[in-house]
Amino acid sequence: MAGGSAETLLSVEGLTLQYRTREHLVTATYRVSFDVLRSDRYVILGPSGCGKSTLLKAVGGYIQPVEGSIRLQGRPIVRPGPDRVLVFQEFDQLLPWKTVKDNVLFALTASGRLKGREAAERADHYIAKVKLTAFADSYPHMLSGGMKQRVAIARGMAMEPQILLMDEPFAALDALTRGQMQEELLQLWEETKVTLLFVTHSIPEAVRIGNRILLLTPHPGRVRAELGSTGVDATGADGRTLSARIQSLLFDEQPINGSTAHG
Amino acid sequence: MADAEVRPDFIREDLPTGFGVVEQPLGFRERVFALGWVRKGLLLVAMALVWEGYARWLDNSLLFPTFVETAAAFVGSLRSAELIGATLRSVEMLLKGYAAGLALAAVATAFATATRVGADLLDTLTSMFNPLPSIALLPLAMVWFGLGDGSIIFVLIHAVLWSVALNTHAGFRSVSPTWRMVGQNYGLSRIAYVTRILIPGALPSILTGLKIGWAFAWRTLIAAELVFGVSSSGGGLGWFIFQNKNLLDIPNVFAGLLMVIVFGLLVDNFVFRALEQRTVRRWGMQS
Repeated sequence: MAGGSAETLLSVEGLTLQYRTREHLVTATYRVSFDVLRSDRYVILGPSGCGKSTLLKAVGGYIQPVEGSIRLQGRPIVRPGPDRVLVFQEFDQLLPWKTVKDNVLFALTASGRLKGREAAERADHYIAKVKLTAFADSYPHMLSGGMKQRVAIARGMAMEPQILLMDEPFAALDALTRGQMQEELLQLWEETKVTLLFVTHSIPEAVRIGNRILLLTPHPGRVRAELGSTGVDATGADGRTLSARIQSLLFDEQPINGSTAHG
Repeated sequence: MADAEVRPDFIREDLPTGFGVVEQPLGFRERVFALGWVRKGLLLVAMALVWEGYARWLDNSLLFPTFVETAAAFVGSLRSAELIGATLRSVEMLLKGYAAGLALAAVATAFATATRVGADLLDTLTSMFNPLPSIALLPLAMVWFGLGDGSIIFVLIHAVLWSVALNTHAGFRSVSPTWRMVGQNYGLSRIAYVTRILIPGALPSILTGLKIGWAFAWRTLIAAELVFGVSSSGGGLGWFIFQNKNLLDIPNVFAGLLMVIVFGLLVDNFVFRALEQRTVRRWGMQS
């Protein structure tokens, strides 16, 4: 890292996660380890079924690990809390009975972060940052999908959390809006340097957003690789672009593990 | 590419104009008919006309008085304060029973939401008692509580409790998991979680329950008053209807029935509609 003294903010070690469905006990991730440094844009990338959303919910404190540990600044995560704010994929993450401003205010006051004028000023500030000042008094159902996600991001950032957890926040948007939102997110990061843990199944999105990319293989999710990214799809030493390397790591080259070696 | 020859690319520098305005205000007629109360009001007028026509054709005010006679009786009874008194008495009973029913429904829902055995119990009790008409309990209530307010409040509670508790509980269960996670994320306490996430999130169902409960209660009350309207402080609307029927004052019977309907319309249109407009409709949770 530039600066050289970046501290480890989030450390995940040997994490195995399981959840129950009606009929099965599903192992979502198996012995996953990684470290997120402060001000990282850390992307977890993998195909569906690699447990990346489950992993994010575990960091959020909604799921307890079966094995391994998750530590934020050395302290184990036991329950959801406002130091790790989640931004979901679903548009319904905003509370429809509150205006845009009240949604942001609610987060600040309910968590006891700020109150009164300070909270209002902070809310206005972050709503302005996502360019929604004109819509501060609108209810969520009047906004487009992209605007709702921007409010959710503003709400998350207004909390000024240790780490902002984003669960495929742009997946439900159209391609044009998605590109624009990625750009805006990077700008916001430039301004705030907030630590991001970003889950996606889109390789171009991972390459663009992340400075570190963790690749997970599916069924169950295991770490395949961790790569650096500069935000552009640069051609590496092996003559392939980063996204081509990711593509082949995830889908072509089977890791050699004894019985299933093939040549 | 042969395609470029058949369909050459083009770019237009001058876009066609002459479409007038993009947003044109609707005409007066269209705007007036867009108002629900205008359309419904016209329907009511039409129904009154049909009533008047049929009654005049039948020409038997003992069986079926005309609309004008009924309206006159209605106004007359209002003037004599007899009808107003009966209505107030009924409304007072209704509010007592409704409030008691809501309080019990809140307790039942809390119990059902907090524990699984509570949920099972509420489910079972509701499927047992919801189909049972409250008025069928009146004879038993009269044995237990005597001829008085107690009996009526008992049947009103029965009318309100199940539909409100069932709908509220169903509403709580259908609150979006994302909202729940959002609530937990910001570290809400248990009570704040209920008041700031669960109740607003379930409000469409809760309002439905309140509406059904109120309609059940109003019907039950009028029916119960028909059976015995006399108690220490006089009879309600049901009793007013029953008495006038005994006196063969049929226009007054109709006036009493009209009052039951009018009160129902008022509550539905002013209380519940206003509540919906300010909450679930404004929030886009109900269209």
